[in-house]
Amino acid sequence: MSPEKTDSPPGSAAPMIVLEQVSKTFGAGTGAVHALHPTDLRIDAGELVGLLGFSGAGKSTLLRLINRLEAPSGGRVLLQGQDITGLGDADLRQVRQRVGMIFQQFNLLSSRTALQNVMFGLEVSGRGGDEVRSRALQALADVGLSDKAEAYPAQLSGGQKQRVAIARALATEPSILLCDEATSALDPHTALSILRLLKSLKERRGMTLVIVTHDIKVASYLCDRAIVLEKGRVVDRIDMGAPQPASLLGKFFFETAKGWTDQTVLPQEDA
Amino acid sequence: MNALFDTLVQFGPDLWKATLDTFLMVGVTMLSAVVLGTPLGVMLFLAAPAGLYPRPWLHKLASYLVNALRSFPFIILLVLLIPFSRLVVGTSIGPKAAAVALSFAVIPYFARLVEQNLRDVPRGMVDMARSCGASPTQIVLRVLLPEAMPALLGSLTVTATGFIAYSAVAGAVGAGGLGDLAIRFGYYRFETGVMIWCVIIMFVLVQSTQWLGDWLVRRSDKRT
Repeated sequence: MSPEKTDSPPGSAAPMIVLEQVSKTFGAGTGAVHALHPTDLRIDAGELVGLLGFSGAGKSTLLRLINRLEAPSGGRVLLQGQDITGLGDADLRQVRQRVGMIFQQFNLLSSRTALQNVMFGLEVSGRGGDEVRSRALQALADVGLSDKAEAYPAQLSGGQKQRVAIARALATEPSILLCDEATSALDPHTALSILRLLKSLKERRGMTLVIVTHDIKVASYLCDRAIVLEKGRVVDRIDMGAPQPASLLGKFFFETAKGWTDQTVLPQEDA
Repeated sequence: MNALFDTLVQFGPDLWKATLDTFLMVGVTMLSAVVLGTPLGVMLFLAAPAGLYPRPWLHKLASYLVNALRSFPFIILLVLLIPFSRLVVGTSIGPKAAAVALSFAVIPYFARLVEQNLRDVPRGMVDMARSCGASPTQIVLRVLLPEAMPALLGSLTVTATGFIAYSAVAGAVGAGGLGDLAIRFGYYRFETGVMIWCVIIMFVLVQSTQWLGDWLVRRSDKRT
């Protein structure tokens, strides 16, 4: 099965991200863990795609394969038509500068101020001097944190930290933004404000967004499509505009969106 | 009390000279720790099998070498290094020669501390840097070392206070410094006053090193 047949909406734009039979195995021999079985996936430019699943389902691994934070054990990864699977270190670093990423634990450098953290992404891309500072200030303004430029991460709230991380990821104007459980460490109120920010930034810049989440509410609010993963395999592909989950796990997620009850069927017990 | 003061007047110049020698030995030792021990520690961290740039063979070699050097009793190391000291600093006795042996002892010690401090930097920081397209050099210089700085300064303080005492052991083989003076005058010649003054000065050195270290750690730590 080619990825075009599995995913592509008819008459859509050029593919931004293509995974062809991509797999990931950690370790070898009897201790080997198949984090991701061979998977095809196509994400078009400007799409908002959610990777949905429980912990250990392989969704973070799938995300980290897109910017090759994990090297695939098999298959090919193409970004804007460019095969990044066999790229050398220097070329790979160039590619990563076009792909922003944010994390559950924010990963702000504790020794740097908010502004200096935003400058980090620009610095490593080889930009220098005044341009770095002015662009970082602009990026901080875009996430509504101009007044916190000189604050250290320890002086910021969780939501503010994630805003700084978003500013850092977007300061280099990437065409793809990867979000790894970006709101899972935040309370619902802060989480929603971060999701709103991501939505508005996405609309303004026309980026492609891939988000990993275990929360159907996040996927429902933000995503055009959800890819449901279970034990390293894609078990469902759901159009969030008119969701019709086909798998038990997919149905479970939509069921829990209505709230937990004693009657809620746990798919893992069921399986 | 008066006797102690008299000792100070009588042996003042000797005590002063010994203090300077101790400073020289510990200064050179700490310079070696920072300049040579830090890169070795970074290398141990990066080349580890589960490290950022695994070079298992290199890591094993460096690790064995470090452990071998660390298992030498210091006094044996002093004697073993006599020919080498003569080659490097032109003498096999005195504070300069002792500084060579102390450097051999401090480099593997500090390297292990650096390795541990770098391991304690959250792995997510490295993920973040890699996702931004940072090079190995950028990850070390802009992420790992700055993030580990409070811990590194703490390790440096522990090393410095420890090696002030270590430098006194070198006194046993005529290295000069406060330990040497304490043994030659205080112990062999029953000048208890000299011994007391040597210990007092050492105490002041260790205490002020600790204060300075703590202050540097506090200043560099932005995590609270």
